Amino acid sequence: MTVGDLSIAEVAAILAATDRIEQMASAERARMLAGRRIALLFYESSTRTRTSFELAAKQLGAITTLVSDKSSSIEKGESLKDTGLTLRALGAECIILRHPNSGAPYLLATATGLPVLNAGDGMHEHPSQALLDLRTMLARLDGVNAHRVDEKTLAGVTVVITGDILHSRVARSNAMLLPRLGAKVLLCGPKELLPEDALGLGAGVEIERDFDKALKQASARGRGVAMMLRIQRERLAGLELDLGDYVARYQLNEERLIACAPHALVMHPGPMVRGLEISGEVADGPNSAIEEQVRHGLAVRTALLARALGVGGFESVTV
Amino acid sequence: MSDILILNGRLVDPASGVDAERDLLLRDGRVAAVEMPGGFRGAKTKETIDAAGLVVAPGLVDVHVHLREPGQTYKESIATGTAAAAAGGFTSVVAMPNTVPVNDSAAKLEWMLDAARGACVNLFAMPAATFGSMGEEITDFHELRRAGAVGFTDDGKPVLHDRVMREALVAAAGIGVPVSQHAEDTRLTGGCSMNAGPVAFRLGLRGMTVDAEARIVERDIRLLKDIEESEGLRAHLHVQHVSTARAMSLIRAAKAEGLHVTCEVAPHHFTLTDEAVGDYDTNAKMNPPLRAETDRLAMIAGLMDGTVDCIATDHAPHALFEKEQEFERAPNGITGLETALGLALRVLHRGHGMTISRVMELMSVQPAGIVSLEGRGTLKIGSFADVVVFDPSVEWRFDAKKTRSKSRNTPFDGAGMVGRVVATICEGRVVYRNDVEQPAKS
Repeated sequence: MTVGDLSIAEVAAILAATDRIEQMASAERARMLAGRRIALLFYESSTRTRTSFELAAKQLGAITTLVSDKSSSIEKGESLKDTGLTLRALGAECIILRHPNSGAPYLLATATGLPVLNAGDGMHEHPSQALLDLRTMLARLDGVNAHRVDEKTLAGVTVVITGDILHSRVARSNAMLLPRLGAKVLLCGPKELLPEDALGLGAGVEIERDFDKALKQASARGRGVAMMLRIQRERLAGLELDLGDYVARYQLNEERLIACAPHALVMHPGPMVRGLEISGEVADGPNSAIEEQVRHGLAVRTALLARALGVGGFESVTV
Repeated sequence: MSDILILNGRLVDPASGVDAERDLLLRDGRVAAVEMPGGFRGAKTKETIDAAGLVVAPGLVDVHVHLREPGQTYKESIATGTAAAAAGGFTSVVAMPNTVPVNDSAAKLEWMLDAARGACVNLFAMPAATFGSMGEEITDFHELRRAGAVGFTDDGKPVLHDRVMREALVAAAGIGVPVSQHAEDTRLTGGCSMNAGPVAFRLGLRGMTVDAEARIVERDIRLLKDIEESEGLRAHLHVQHVSTARAMSLIRAAKAEGLHVTCEVAPHHFTLTDEAVGDYDTNAKMNPPLRAETDRLAMIAGLMDGTVDCIATDHAPHALFEKEQEFERAPNGITGLETALGLALRVLHRGHGMTISRVMELMSVQPAGIVSLEGRGTLKIGSFADVVVFDPSVEWRFDAKKTRSKSRNTPFDGAGMVGRVVATICEGRVVYRNDVEQPAKS
């Protein structure tokens, strides 16, 4: 549901399981969830998250079925509760939910009693994204012990999250997870996209509206991350932005990266709008970990599925 | 109609300044006599209520309820809603007009107030201020007043246009009733489902700002002043369910200026904050939303210092399937008739030292005054025999399963209450009695 539900020990266990599953022979992996039934219930379009959850489930041998809001009875007005009950009646043992309304996974979990994996709910959270981002950082940053995940693992690391924070479930999940591992999270963006209320996300979260100043705080070699976010036009709800001004102030381009934080790890949860929040050169450049993020996403999601269904060393945990 | 004697109780009647042991004789639907204890010794009546250790007060008055009839009787009906009112100690309720269809004509109002609807307490209504509550053209106030209107409102929606609101205030002033305003600038609250603030941000929900409430209150006060200055008319604005510190101070200032502004606060707004939304509990979703702790305390301050004129429940029943939806899609509103007294006594009396007499003032004589219910909200001799008898010391927990409402959408299921209604009497008829279930005093 939310990264807030996960203790640091649980985060460590998920990442350790990710490593284990990754190292397994594919035949062994395919036995983990052989014959188990997993439903993907997607009320919003998705490329990365949907495909990686689906591939993760298949790698573990599970049978998957995809239900999307288009071409299903959802179009006829069937409620989330009834859709969930229908999937359960058809044998689903776990539901992966992507939904435009914040909090929808709670409703589905309550209604069905099944483990529900939150694959992004409205502007609320995207917990698996924060976990894959964490794994990416552990793999790429200097001096972090990727095998010892605790309150100090990211001590001294500064993560600058820039852009449309208001509408971003990725920003929320990262801002609520990373400080608990010792990182400093700097949120950056204009007032319209980053209200002061964001400070309520917790300790270790700060606001720095000047992108250059924020980046400079992430300039230490191997200790800085620049995470860029897309402006979510579909959620702007009438809010008007001067995009030219936005690009001038917040775009991550080579010039700015070299001037402010030449060593920073560049991340983006996708989908990117090249030329808006990030230049193509930076997205494809040596600092970029964007494709690695996607690969880590697949790996982390295998562990999340194993955990949801209580296999692979996990004691039937309900999520 | 049979006589009822209420003996040995503590009569709390703020209108006559009484808070002392008195015996009461109700006859023919009216308060026939009030005597010192023992004064009716030897009198024979069909029914006697021994109120030793209990408070005897004017029946409670709620100027803001949604009874959902006509059109949405799967949520509530006039019969079930007023039964819930009786169980909560209320003897008069004012029904809001957002029924289906909207109550905006004398024929619809008369239908609603007809005895055939089966109301078990006194039913009054505020019809719509504008046709269909569309906010564009005011309804026929004179005709509606003749049919029984006690005020006008587009509740659930604000009257947004300055010109229309001004017209409504002027028309209502002409017949001596209030315009009751749901203060929300809906141009600022599109897509919002809770209070703006850190909790909404964390939950990823769009928030209604304090400004959205304050702007309408500010505008309406400005209109009142302008009407008084330019037309010499003393219009009456009633601000519904105030929820923010900002709006409260605007109302306080307007009262200090001598304008005819009254306001209500709902029990949930002086009891809970937006933290109660928890993990998207749709039973903590209403409009105006639960606010920050500073706002909650400002509601209590307003109740204590007299800025607030009355407590009103905004009883808003919804069916389970409607609340079992995504938070942003679930309808606004919670039930409130059976929990209002228990929360007022717990939070205001126990928690903040408000006297029981003042609580009664806020729940009977003052709300009755806002909508000019003659002879109600007091137990002076000759007034209507609308009485609530309650035990002020009982602590109990509300059980939503036992509600008399058709709906159970309340954030107070299992919540602690102080003070239990023992009997509710409406114009001399016992409409609720609860001496079977006497929980142990703690």
